[in-house]
Amino acid sequence: MDKYNEKKDKYTTATTIPIGDIVEAGTASTFCTGNWRSRKPIWNNTKCINCLICWIYCPDSSIKLISKSNKTIVSGINYTYCKGCGICANVCNIKAIVMEEENK
Amino acid sequence: MIRPLSSKGKLVAKTGNEIAAEAMRQIEPDVVAAYPITPATEIVQIFSQFVADGIVKSKYIAVESEHSAMSATIAASAAGVRAMTGTSSQGLCFMWEMLYIASGLRLPIVMVAVNRAISAPINIHCDHSDTMGARDSGWIQIYSESVQEVYDNIIQAVRIAEQTKLPVLVTMDGFIISHCMELVEVYNDDAVKSFIGEYTPERYLLDIKNPYTLGSLDLQNYYFEHKYQIAKAMIDAQTTIVNIANEFTKCFGRSYNLYEKYMMDDADMAIVIIGSAAGTVKMAINELRSQNIKIGLIKIRVYRPFPKDNIAIDLANIKSIAVLDRSDSCSGAFSPIYSDIVSSLYSEGITTPKIISYVYGLGGREITIEHIKNIYKTLNQIMLGKDQKDCSIVHYINLRK
Repeated sequence: MDKYNEKKDKYTTATTIPIGDIVEAGTASTFCTGNWRSRKPIWNNTKCINCLICWIYCPDSSIKLISKSNKTIVSGINYTYCKGCGICANVCNIKAIVMEEENK
Repeated sequence: MIRPLSSKGKLVAKTGNEIAAEAMRQIEPDVVAAYPITPATEIVQIFSQFVADGIVKSKYIAVESEHSAMSATIAASAAGVRAMTGTSSQGLCFMWEMLYIASGLRLPIVMVAVNRAISAPINIHCDHSDTMGARDSGWIQIYSESVQEVYDNIIQAVRIAEQTKLPVLVTMDGFIISHCMELVEVYNDDAVKSFIGEYTPERYLLDIKNPYTLGSLDLQNYYFEHKYQIAKAMIDAQTTIVNIANEFTKCFGRSYNLYEKYMMDDADMAIVIIGSAAGTVKMAINELRSQNIKIGLIKIRVYRPFPKDNIAIDLANIKSIAVLDRSDSCSGAFSPIYSDIVSSLYSEGITTPKIISYVYGLGGREITIEHIKNIYKTLNQIMLGKDQKDCSIVHYINLRK
């Protein structure tokens, strides 16, 4: 059972769910949308010039960043949330991200 | 008209609209968003003058439509402040989808609705079609017989809304109450302010330390539970309304309940009605009682939640009942109050009273004491078993068929 489903079990009845359609903040982090993916982005470490355009465009905040010698650089893709929409691959000017079949 | 019972307040002559604005001045909601519409215009017009003159600290939002008025009121309430509005007829219709959002998000909004007929044909006079249409929207509905009741109901509505977390609609009959001047007892500002108290919402959107999402997509897995919460809150609201009414009596002297019983103790026949025409019925009953005719009145004050259990008990031993609706549901069956009364009785296993449905006063059509006396004649015939078929159809009072 994933984290999202654990949360659902806790809030199941009309007496336990908050009234008035209130949803606690930050619940998107417990909703693992990665399993929606049919195609996955593959990031090429050697090609990447760290322009961060993919990070700006990613609707699911799934481009992972790290700090290295005072610079922010891409470190990979978070497949827990990445829905495989392909926007990152589309906006990458140097084809450092390409889309592949999920079950390849 | 209700004569003042106590001398705790000051006696003034005011119309229903003026007293609604006066109540709003004393409540001093943080936000009022409204759009003018006959016959409710004066309420927000007078209130906006209070704002312009600096008499109240409220924020007044002049919007371009009733849809926006309710939207802004919802937003203000969700943000965490007291929010009120007022409207009538077409204005209430235009708020329709937002009414359900107010109750669905459980926002304690108080709205003063002046009852007016719905177009077409266009008509500005009183009937209850507008608020009766909103009867299933999850709003508490409190109807007022007189200017005094409008005032008292609005003050109580603030607390009812905030305790039940349901929006409350206080109504008055267009022109009959909204524009007629009556003697009213108004209480001093401090007494009203201390009765309603400070508003401290448990959760509100501008509480940045405890963020949450309000009004998100709610599909098969949760929507049903949320709707049940509203239904349950509506049932529980009955106790809250009675408790607040009792506290109101302690503070200001005048007593209220979910409905008023008039000459019901030994009655064989009863009339059930809502709104200002209850006064007319009381006059007719006074005359009939002087001829030893045992007839009484049940005036429903709180229509939503419908006080089904108590009403069934009070009507159980009545032989014939006339239910007077000031709106026609055009359903091919019966009108709203009649349907609620009959189902309340039947669900309690009470099937002996004969109940007849009347529709009256649409578009402001007059209803007089003579009309009520004619209803008594029919009730008497039904009680004596002489006129059974009358109960199977809706009857129209003062209509040229």
